[in-house]
Amino acid sequence: MTADIAITPQIVAEHGLSESEYDRVLEIMGREPNLLELGIFSVMWSEHCSYKSSKKWLKTLPTEAPWVICGPGENAGVVDLGDGQAAIFKMESHNHPSFIEPYQGAATGVGGILRDVFTMGARPIANMNALRFGSPAHPKTRHLVAGVVAGIGGYGNCVGVPTVGGECNFHPAYDGNILVNAMTVGLADSSRIFYSAAAGVGNPVIYVGSKTGRDGIHGATMASAEFDDDSEEKRPTVQVGDPFTEKLLIEACLELMATDAIVAIQDMGAAGLTSSSFEMASKGEVGIELDLDRVPVREDGMTPYEMMLSESQERMLMVLRPGAEDTARAIFEKWELDFAVIGRVTDSGRMVLRFGGAVVGDLPVAPLADAAPEYDRPHEAAPVPARLDPAATPASDDLGEALVRLLGTPDLASKRWIWEQYDHMVGADTIGRPGGDAALVRLHGTRKALAITTDCTPRYCQADARTGGAQAVAETWRNITATGARPLAITDCMNFGNPERPEIMAQFVGAIAGMGEACRALDYPVVSGNVSLYNETNGKAILPTPAIGGIGLIADCDKAVSIAFPAEGLDVLLIGDTRGELGQSLYLRELHGKEEGAPPAVDLTAERRNGDFVRDAIHDGIVSACHDLSDGGLAVGIAEMALAGNIGVDITVPEGLAIPLHAWLFGEDQARYLVTVATPQSAGILAAAAAANVPAISVGRTGGSDLTVRNGFTISLATLREARESWLPTYMGTA
Amino acid sequence: MKAGVIVFPGSNCDRDVMVALEQATGRPPAAIWHRETVLPDLDLVVLPGGFSYGDYLRAGAMAAQSPIMRAVVAHAEAGRHVLGICNGFQIAIEAGLLPGALLRNAGLHFVCRDVWLRVENAATPFTRGYRGGDVIRVPVAHHDGNYFADPETLARLRGEGRVAFRYCAADGDAGERANPNGSADDIAGILNERGNVLGLMPHPERLADPALGGTDGRPMFTALVESFA
Amino acid sequence: MKARVHITLKDGVLDPQGKAIGHALGNLGFDGVNGVRQGKVIELDLAATDRGAAEGQVEQMCRRLLANTVIENYKIELID
Repeated sequence: MTADIAITPQIVAEHGLSESEYDRVLEIMGREPNLLELGIFSVMWSEHCSYKSSKKWLKTLPTEAPWVICGPGENAGVVDLGDGQAAIFKMESHNHPSFIEPYQGAATGVGGILRDVFTMGARPIANMNALRFGSPAHPKTRHLVAGVVAGIGGYGNCVGVPTVGGECNFHPAYDGNILVNAMTVGLADSSRIFYSAAAGVGNPVIYVGSKTGRDGIHGATMASAEFDDDSEEKRPTVQVGDPFTEKLLIEACLELMATDAIVAIQDMGAAGLTSSSFEMASKGEVGIELDLDRVPVREDGMTPYEMMLSESQERMLMVLRPGAEDTARAIFEKWELDFAVIGRVTDSGRMVLRFGGAVVGDLPVAPLADAAPEYDRPHEAAPVPARLDPAATPASDDLGEALVRLLGTPDLASKRWIWEQYDHMVGADTIGRPGGDAALVRLHGTRKALAITTDCTPRYCQADARTGGAQAVAETWRNITATGARPLAITDCMNFGNPERPEIMAQFVGAIAGMGEACRALDYPVVSGNVSLYNETNGKAILPTPAIGGIGLIADCDKAVSIAFPAEGLDVLLIGDTRGELGQSLYLRELHGKEEGAPPAVDLTAERRNGDFVRDAIHDGIVSACHDLSDGGLAVGIAEMALAGNIGVDITVPEGLAIPLHAWLFGEDQARYLVTVATPQSAGILAAAAAANVPAISVGRTGGSDLTVRNGFTISLATLREARESWLPTYMGTA
Repeated sequence: MKAGVIVFPGSNCDRDVMVALEQATGRPPAAIWHRETVLPDLDLVVLPGGFSYGDYLRAGAMAAQSPIMRAVVAHAEAGRHVLGICNGFQIAIEAGLLPGALLRNAGLHFVCRDVWLRVENAATPFTRGYRGGDVIRVPVAHHDGNYFADPETLARLRGEGRVAFRYCAADGDAGERANPNGSADDIAGILNERGNVLGLMPHPERLADPALGGTDGRPMFTALVESFA
Repeated sequence: MKARVHITLKDGVLDPQGKAIGHALGNLGFDGVNGVRQGKVIELDLAATDRGAAEGQVEQMCRRLLANTVIENYKIELID
């Protein structure tokens, strides 16, 4: 029995608990814990489960709006879509496991986020992801890209949920710590949302899904520990995903949810049975008794410690109404899934674990779950670099050549090689496929559609976390707006280094501050999220990466527009102000080897005004294509529109330009869009923009098969396409 | 037309093909659980796409052993029609309804994109909505679509007009780059000897709605309806 | 009794995975690999105690499900 093992300071340290935390354990228990109990404290108080470094700051984010049904704290966020429908969504990291075993790490990341969403009663309708890899020149990068992409596809394709897009960056700061952030969006009846608070003394506690094995034991504590060179030896703790079982679990759970059998439901994610049972008990302010002899196991001789800490995948815990067991059992047996009554709800406020006829663990729920440590870690921000004067930035001899080179750089090159490995069409509702600003997924059987996007510009966050945090939120809002949809809410996936270092903690604090400002200014609250800290190896941290996943709604999907030039002879208008912001731009980094200056300023009033103007013009049917401007600026944005539509463009540079041409073409000024309109409507929309105080000018006309900048350069679309499409397949060795 | 769609554990394009069938027939097709042993009176049985049994062991191998498959084989032997799409094609092959085998894609990756198909035989109930030589755009989404058969079987398929669709370039020409999976003879879909069973890797049900960007898949469903009117 | 079933692709059936493995081995500096064919191994834990009966049973399993004899060969190994 586990109680026989003496708890030495070394064992405490191995469980990742500090001395002061262990003192608190002794205080709560009123005695020395046994190994099982210590293990439970360890995972519950890990950074991953307790948010102990981040909680103080996360609380400052706006989480409410009239359309928010459920904000952070549950498995996922819920927003109202009208007509009795709700979207349930969240993004989550699976960074460390994906670095150690990219295929399974990424696959189980997708599985976990899917469960977070269908646990609440939603049918998953779309997956997205935000990926960050190290330098393409790093020897491990190719292997990691191949494994992560195959793992995401392998899981998502099999469960039959379309993976409709995402983003993918490369930077040497991720050489030792890649980021794999997966997002799922589901659709539910707004009157049938399922929550995790256990209730009803005596009600049965049910285990369903796969059997429990020894996989992933201590995954949650691993996800909260810094890497060192021995990390690759931790391989056995990586879990293996079974998407086929997940598919059956989705169908079985949704079938059961259509009855009135379920009181509460929670998926077994990180820290498995421990965190799911404590979560349910603590939210419901009840106790739970578990009979561990009844847990379906895959291997012989599993101890209570292993059962409670296993991170085997594709498992759920439920509390059922009394007498509903037979209905539920029949459904799970139909889908050939394990089903076991493993305990009951009590009024003791304690978690009591029995095994082999004895009590092997007895812990108070509330102190453990609610009184988890919370730290106000010191934070000290590095000074923000000065804004660059566009006139003082280096020009390029051949701006056409500069554009071709930029389009072929890892961050801007087409990610077709990735998304063609994802089934992005299953479900037959993907009306905006990958490659645009936001994907569009129709709500089945209606004319409504959700616009979905993920975004973040980590190099901006590194230079100025506050501006970078605001920019990440604003860019997702812009991506959604550019389709014609109304942005509703976001989920955040906060990836940072070691928070015990004040400069890293300051990045976190700054990013949260910027995100909060943007969310408030744009009426765009945070409804779910996840924090991944300690993303560093041998003291070298990743770029601060607050990845944002946003969703928006368009009432009539026929009104949505894409980025592709739809026809020749259309006017191209630039909406928003261009000051030639080249600080932290891809132009400077990729063509001149400089990562310097302040990131582009984020003017949230202008964001809102310009975005609302563009969205209205799309709704009015005046705008026939729209693309928001970001990485690479105007020149890259216009090239992407031309390539998507396979129609050329003739660009006119405004007369009396006050900044150098390279800054106009490649500056990454925010709050900007390119739109196409029919010539007869140009004057009207320019006048309307002026009246609304929205900067707007005509910058060109579609047509032909070249991209031309008057008095500048001409490049064929074929040349641009070759540059943009060939980098990734060539790099991955499949061209 | 009375149509039914078999639902296996892991099927995930069952709903998509039901929508396309309902659009064509005006009424929802029957959904038939794989553990059933008897089929209702049907003109057409559809084996849908997806990952039945997770594609574990071999794509389609375990679904082919489902109780309902005896009834599906009998339905085909009685001269009635069976359409296998993607995983359904794999199941039809594993059940012996069609010859050959479907191997891992030559590029080893799952591939999801629109491809061009040349209609090689427009004289079947499945394909009479097209003209022979038509080039249509339909998506593929599979990991194991690389059609293989021995040379005698391939020769028979060719000689008997049993190659229904071939991958091609947009202009209809054959070419290695147009073939997404390395299949023998650029085969995308084949018929059985009697012409009442069609299996194909591409998904006509995914481009049967203008909102999805195309309708080249729709004539397959409307032609079936006309055939059984 | 335990049985181990080895399933391999028949000669003449293209094996892209084997080809890729061979290519990767070359990249790792392993010279002299003239060919690679990959397959799978399935281990069965059987109630049968009689070798003949077990072999017959596994033979049936291979024909009906475990192998696709259009493209695959199988070899049965019994372990007491």
